[in-house]
Amino acid sequence: MTVADGFLEATVRSATPLAFAALGELIAERSGVINIGLEGSIALGAFVALLATAAFGPATGLVAGGLAGAAIALVFATFVVTLRAQQVLAGTAVSLLGLGLAAALHRISMIGPDAVSQVVTIPVVTIPVFSQIPLVGPALFAQPLTTYALYLLFPTAWFFLYRTVGGVVVRATGENPEAAHASGHSPDAVRFGAVVVGGFFAGIGGATLVVAQVGTFSDGMSAGRGFIAIAIVALGRWHPGGVAVGALVFGAVSALQFLAQSLGWSVPYNLLLAFPYLLTLIAMAAFGGVQASPAALGRDGATRR
Amino acid sequence: MSSQRRVAQLSTPLFAVGGAIAVAATIITLAGLDAGAALRAAVDGAFGDSFAVLSATLKRMTPLLMLGIAVAVAFRAGVLNIGAEGQFLAGATAATAVALRLPGRFGPLVFLAALAAGAIAGAGWAAIAAWLRRRYLVTEVVSTLLLNFVALNLVGFLIRGPLQEPTGAYPQSSTIPDVGKLPLLFAEHRLHLGFLIALATALGTWWVLKFTAAGFRLRATGASPDAARSAGQIPVERVQAMALVASGAIAGLAGASELTGVTHALYEGISPGYGYTAIGVALLGGLHPGGIVIAAIFFGALGAGADAMQREAAVPAEFASVVAAIVILCVLAVPGLMARFTSGGRAGSAT
Repeated sequence: MTVADGFLEATVRSATPLAFAALGELIAERSGVINIGLEGSIALGAFVALLATAAFGPATGLVAGGLAGAAIALVFATFVVTLRAQQVLAGTAVSLLGLGLAAALHRISMIGPDAVSQVVTIPVVTIPVFSQIPLVGPALFAQPLTTYALYLLFPTAWFFLYRTVGGVVVRATGENPEAAHASGHSPDAVRFGAVVVGGFFAGIGGATLVVAQVGTFSDGMSAGRGFIAIAIVALGRWHPGGVAVGALVFGAVSALQFLAQSLGWSVPYNLLLAFPYLLTLIAMAAFGGVQASPAALGRDGATRR
Repeated sequence: MSSQRRVAQLSTPLFAVGGAIAVAATIITLAGLDAGAALRAAVDGAFGDSFAVLSATLKRMTPLLMLGIAVAVAFRAGVLNIGAEGQFLAGATAATAVALRLPGRFGPLVFLAALAAGAIAGAGWAAIAAWLRRRYLVTEVVSTLLLNFVALNLVGFLIRGPLQEPTGAYPQSSTIPDVGKLPLLFAEHRLHLGFLIALATALGTWWVLKFTAAGFRLRATGASPDAARSAGQIPVERVQAMALVASGAIAGLAGASELTGVTHALYEGISPGYGYTAIGVALLGGLHPGGIVIAAIFFGALGAGADAMQREAAVPAEFASVVAAIVILCVLAVPGLMARFTSGGRAGSAT
């Protein structure tokens, strides 16, 4: 494997959990809700996936992780949509909730003789022919099945948002909830659903960390991915195609560490880790971000404190 | 009407704290642990004796009080500063650098200079977000949050590079010299001068908000930016930028106080999420300095109690985050709940 191959492979691998979380954030934000609490969904999703994988295998682990993420998002939706709590502050609290629950339950689960600390990760599936494409072939088509799921999910998300009635209702709710209400759709119901589905994807994102990448859970392993997802959605201009590209950009930045290592650059590790966050700030400053966002994003309850 | 509001103001925190403890106790019980023993250990660890109060609860309350005030100063101006954590780290880092570099013959000037450097660094870190907001319309919610991670990684870099202790064995700075350390308030307890500084910060903030023109402009801006702009001729954007910078300065001071008063060295885990807990402190305190003092006592006791709970009852201390999260959610939910019960079930209609 050449250095370039390794870098591209690490890019796609690092992008996978980010892409799941960003897809979840995209769906919530298109309905008008900014969910800063996805970090909590990712953390709890990762922890639950570890236990479920150990007991029932990786497929159940992924679904259980998704459901755990959806459960955290359900709490968020109840407070933000039903009770009109301020979105950003409630999101911060839900992050704390998910991170705290995952860490506390993990500590409890480590007590006793049958404690689970490690599961076998799912294998890489190499797709014939495609994986022979020069340069990008091995990176895109020699990955675990979870990554391939994204190749279907992103076009599906695009089709849903832009080619189905349900997608139009979600987008209308994000742009102009009064109009959506006038046409007979409940903005609250749409947002509730969008937030919970978004949490499900974020939970799967957390689960892929365990099931497809490291095979274990550790405190803080969500590592701010829920917050990076918000940045990716802004970077991707609230469009599925843009979000996919944004996830790859952030994956590439994470993969820079591997590149630096193999080329023997002496760039301090922590400065590389800081780079994606700086990149997002620069991107948000450069592209404005304000104009492309759903018009009603974050608006509900924002004035009431 | 106003008495009804007063009742709501006073009952909200009780409802939030009671609800949060009940939920946490339920989860602890469901996890097969003894919630009663956990609660007893927590209360004992927070208030049981003078050591618990002075060396645990009030010591822990100190950074939370300053950070809660910092968050409230921004929130009262309508600026959502989620970056108190990063500003705290910036302050702690600057205080470390100053305390390690200044010659010892300056005496107490060393810790005063370290505190001042911390406040300036926190203000500077917040100023980045204020500048991005004014110049490029980048919302401070996201920028302050992202800057937290930049700050954390910068600390990680510095304690493995320029600020690392001389042997190079540990990822942390050298211990600061004694002249850089804040004096202790009691000989045999860990409570330090920072506690008094925190109380003074709360008092000063109350005075500025209530009695000065700047405080009035800040409150008017937060209450209604449009009205402040059109009726009050208030430069809303500038007031909000200044509020964010002031908020950062207080958060930076908190970081410097924690470093010079408690940890005496810089390392990555210097803040166990104080900056995020502070949002709960500010909200539970009703964004009012007096309320924030009481809320900070509660959160200080929660942290001290959680440590004791893990030590004595083997219940993970991380449940403190769960309690903090539920407190924030409950406080945020109260206006919506009130609207629901007072509008005869019509609250489900469109916004």
